[in-house]
Amino acid sequence: MAYHNRVIDHYENPRNVGSLDDKDKHVGTGLVGAPACGDVMRLQIKVNDEGVIEDAKFKTFGCGSAIASSSLATEWIKGKSVNEAKAIKNTEIADYLALPPVKMHCSMLAEDAIQAAIKDLEAKK
Amino acid sequence: MIQPREDMMTKMSKILHQEGVTYLDYQATTPCDPRVVDAMLPYFQEGFGNPHSRNHCYGWKAEEACEKAREHLADLIGAHPKEVVFTSGATESNNIAIKGVAGFYGPEKNHIITCQTEHKCVLNSCRQLEQDGFEVTYLPVQKNGLIDIKALEEAMTEKTCLVSMMFVNNEIGVIQPIREIGRLCREKGIFFHTDAAQAVGKLPVDVEELNIDLMSISGHKMYGPKGIGALYVRRKPRVRLKALISGGGQERGIRSGTLPTPLCVGLGVAAEICRAEMKDEHHRLTQLRDHFVSKIREHLEEVYINGDEKLRIPGNINISFAHVEGEGLMMGIKDLAVSSGSACTSASLEPSYVLRALGVDVEMAHTSLRIGIGRYTTQKDIDHAADRIIKEVKRLRDMSPLWDMFKQGIDLKTIEWTGH
Repeated sequence: MAYHNRVIDHYENPRNVGSLDDKDKHVGTGLVGAPACGDVMRLQIKVNDEGVIEDAKFKTFGCGSAIASSSLATEWIKGKSVNEAKAIKNTEIADYLALPPVKMHCSMLAEDAIQAAIKDLEAKK
Repeated sequence: MIQPREDMMTKMSKILHQEGVTYLDYQATTPCDPRVVDAMLPYFQEGFGNPHSRNHCYGWKAEEACEKAREHLADLIGAHPKEVVFTSGATESNNIAIKGVAGFYGPEKNHIITCQTEHKCVLNSCRQLEQDGFEVTYLPVQKNGLIDIKALEEAMTEKTCLVSMMFVNNEIGVIQPIREIGRLCREKGIFFHTDAAQAVGKLPVDVEELNIDLMSISGHKMYGPKGIGALYVRRKPRVRLKALISGGGQERGIRSGTLPTPLCVGLGVAAEICRAEMKDEHHRLTQLRDHFVSKIREHLEEVYINGDEKLRIPGNINISFAHVEGEGLMMGIKDLAVSSGSACTSASLEPSYVLRALGVDVEMAHTSLRIGIGRYTTQKDIDHAADRIIKEVKRLRDMSPLWDMFKQGIDLKTIEWTGH
């Protein structure tokens, strides 16, 4: 299967790999997917008092498309407000990475991860 | 006289490193040995005659070549040439064996025993027979991939006409206890068929010693051409088969159709070479395999070999790297042509049914690679593959949330995962 160059780029040079301190009240963590399904994403955001995402980190277990989707997601949400990040749709991620139909779930998972991280942050407040 | 393997290594090295990609998928298929190709070529040209033409030298020449090939193949497996039926490959051989026995001995004897890790062509042949009223027992395998002989014995009934059990598994390379199965089947008067596509040419196989009644063979898994295989059909005690295709009655009426002379010749020479080089090759591949596995284990923890560690062919390395998804890993090692037990590309998202049958956790099945080495694999290839895999597994583990959790001592089974 041929991957789009953008998938390969994000797979080979993933942006924002790493972890943020889960105990920090400015940090929200989203853990989505399941090992049994072959993909798990952990996406973390650090939001300042103005509601802007200052930092975002991810770690992903999955195929190249899953890694690329989560890497792209962190890149897109950094510097955005929480509300802007909330509005990101999986189809935008899938379109940008030219994901084939069998890989659509990777982009859905990335959307879920953003939503889960925001939800976690909101629950902390 | 067979030309030695070393003479063609330069040529084969080019063929097996195309576009910078090292071929390590010998269970999927093997390249044709150049000695096989050389032997085949004349039969596309002056040797074009129909081997079934009885009235002129064109036919005689082709027939002689086919019969010589049949002898070579028979010699490799300890059979009489008359017991060898040429087919298009192991898929057809498996179909003929299973449906052929069922068609002749059913519906009085309407029970077949096979196992859950068989090739799809065996499983699907059995499924079809079930629709026709047959009963099929799909034996489970143990954690090491091997069947339990006691379970096989218990599954046998008065109605059992056939036991079909693969010799070497194509995914995990384990060798089933064929000798014990053969002995048991003979005692009970049940025919024993084995899909030996991954065994013949690699392991010593003697149909007499092992009490095999029917055996499927594939050309392209033993450095012969694609599109040809064979079915061994025992004469004493005679196994009768209902043919699946109607035609001119060639191949003892079991498989009508004009023999493809060049392919038969290719298979014959492939058999001759395997027989001559088997011992050395087995030894060489064992050393390469051991070197690879110990190198991987030296640099990586949480690595698991799938299938029995001892009772397996040396050419197959099925290995799981915990917390690294197989397809993701394959993308990182694009310069290695291997295959994965993860089925992330298929719509089902279901990983390998073979690994699942072993009781391998779904998540571990997603992390497996199948590395197949063979006749032209060198120490350099193996070192390169090991280095690349070690580097990429480390990189992906640093990126894996599961690896993080594992390192923090979190039991992944206690986490409530979300599906999607």
